[in-house]
Amino acid sequence: MAIVNLQNVTYQYPLTSSPALRDVSLQINEGEFVAVVGPNGAGKSTLCYTLAGFVPHFFKGELTGTVEVAGSETHSSTLNEWVMNVGLAFQNPFNQISGAKYTVFEEIAFGLENIGVPRDEMISRVEDAMKLTDISDLADRSPYSLSGGQQQRVALTSILVMQPKVLVLDEPTSQMDPIGTREVFGVIRKMAEQGMTVILVEHKVEWIAQFADRVIALKDGEVLLEGTPGEVLTSPLVEESGFGISRYTSVARKAQKLALWKKHKLPVTLDEATEGFAHPLTPNPSPERRGEQ
Amino acid sequence: MKIEISDLHFTYPTGVQALRGISLTIESGEQVAIVGQNGSGKTTLVKHLNGLLRPTSGIVRIGGWDTKDHSVAKLARRVGYVFQNPDEQLFSKNVGTEVAFGPRNMGLDGDQVQSLVQDALVMTELSDKTETNPYDLSATWRKMVALASVISMDTDIVIFDEPTTGQDAMNIERIANVIKALRSRGKTVLTITHDIDFCAENFTRVIALSQGKILLDGNANDVLGQEEVLAVTYVEPPQLTRLGKRLGFRNTVRTQDEFLTELERYS
Repeated sequence: MAIVNLQNVTYQYPLTSSPALRDVSLQINEGEFVAVVGPNGAGKSTLCYTLAGFVPHFFKGELTGTVEVAGSETHSSTLNEWVMNVGLAFQNPFNQISGAKYTVFEEIAFGLENIGVPRDEMISRVEDAMKLTDISDLADRSPYSLSGGQQQRVALTSILVMQPKVLVLDEPTSQMDPIGTREVFGVIRKMAEQGMTVILVEHKVEWIAQFADRVIALKDGEVLLEGTPGEVLTSPLVEESGFGISRYTSVARKAQKLALWKKHKLPVTLDEATEGFAHPLTPNPSPERRGEQ
Repeated sequence: MKIEISDLHFTYPTGVQALRGISLTIESGEQVAIVGQNGSGKTTLVKHLNGLLRPTSGIVRIGGWDTKDHSVAKLARRVGYVFQNPDEQLFSKNVGTEVAFGPRNMGLDGDQVQSLVQDALVMTELSDKTETNPYDLSATWRKMVALASVISMDTDIVIFDEPTTGQDAMNIERIANVIKALRSRGKTVLTITHDIDFCAENFTRVIALSQGKILLDGNANDVLGQEEVLAVTYVEPPQLTRLGKRLGFRNTVRTQDEFLTELERYS
C-alpha cells in the first residue's frame, strides 16, 4: 500500500523565477527503501522538504498538485500534525541541532519532550536509539563539541527516536567515515525491514546499489528515471546527465569496449562486478564483512 | 616548501587528547590525502599547519618556520586552508571581492591582486560569476568560491578539508581538476577526505590516522591495499582495489587504468 503519494507536484520557492519541482508524481509503499539521486540543483532537498511538510508550511511559495503521506494531505494539515508521521534529518546537522540542549542525550530527547512522552519511556527510547546508531558513549558530550560525522549520527538518532512512519534523510552520511557510512546504511535498512518507509537522498552510489529497493533519478526538478538500482544506475541516460555512477559500472563499461566484460548487463555492486569479471585464476572468496548481512 | 612535524601532541581544553605523537615530513610538491575515522584527529592535525592550533608539545615547521614563533597572519602566506563548510569562510558581497580579499590583505598591489584573482577564477571555472553574491550561488558553486579565495593567495601549501562532501559528480571532477592544476604548478596539496575513491584517483601518498596517531603512511597503492589495517580506522579500500583483491590480482590496483591493465594480463 502506498504510504507516500505525490500527484503532479510542482513547487516554486518565493522570489524565484522557475519551479524547483516540476510535475512530480511518486508512489512509495510502506516499508520501502527508496533512494533519490541527482546532480546538485535537481530538486532533491526540495523533495525532502515537501515530504516533511516544510514545503509549503515553512518555506511558503507556490505548491500545486497533491502531497499525501499516511492518509493526510499537506494542504489540510499543520506542521505540528505532520511531524507525527514524517521525520527529516537535515543535510547539514549543524542546522538541525536545537542549540537549546547541553548534552547529546538531551538533544535526542528534545523531540519526545515536545510531544509530551512520559519521562521513563523517553529515557528508554533515547537509550535504545543511541544503541542502534552506536553513539551511547557520546551521551554526555555537548552536541557542538562533536566531529561532523558524530553530529550526523546525533541528528539521525534524534529523528529515529521519534519513530516516524516515514523517514526522510538528506545525505545523512556525507561527513561520515567509510565504514561508519556502511554501518548507518545497515541501520537504515533494518528500519525499513521493520516497516519504516525510508526516502534517502544520497550520492554514495555503491551503498544505494546494495541497500535500496528502488532508485529515483531527479534532474532539473523532474523525475528522469525510476526503477531498481541496477536499472537506474547503469542507464547511459543517467551517466550522460551528470549523475555519479559506481566505479564498478564505469570500469565495466570500459572493459566492455575491450571485450573484457562479456555480460550484457553492467554491474553496480562489488558482488556483481566480481561475478562478471571472474577469470581463469581462482578468485578470492568474498571475505565476511562487518555490517553486511 | 617542506612541512616537518615531530612528535606532535595536542590536547583540547576539554581534556580530549586529539593528537598523540605525530611525526611526518612532507616534501615540496607532494600530493597527500589524509584519511581516517571521524574523530581520529585529521582536522586537528591540519589546523596546526597554519597556526590555528599550537602544539601542546612537539614541533611543527613550515619551510623552516616553527609555527610557535609566527602569527596565523604570517603563516597564511605559506599555507592556504579551505574549510569543509564554505559558509564558514565566505562574507563578501560578490565573488570577485571575495576572491580578492586574501591577496589584498597580504598587501599586494592592484595589478598583482587582479592577476591572482583572474587566475584563481579561471582555475575554479568561476570567471562568469564575479559579480554574483556568493550566497546567491548553489552550494556547489559556493564551494568553488571558497577554493578560489584560498588559491588566489598563491601559497606554496594548500589544504582542503573534505572538499567533496555533498558535491555531485560534476563538481567532484571540477575539484579534481583544480588539484591537478595545483600539482602542475608544484604546489603541495594536503586533502582530508572520506571519499576513498576520490583519494585513490587523485593522490599519490596517503596517510591514515587512527586515534591521534599515524596508522599508515606511504605510497597510495601500498596504503589503500591494506584492508584489515584500514578497517581499524573505519576506512575501506577503494571500490576497484576491493574488486581487484576479490578477483585475485597480485598487484594492488586503485585506478580504472590500473584495473584494466591488470585485467588484460589475466585474460
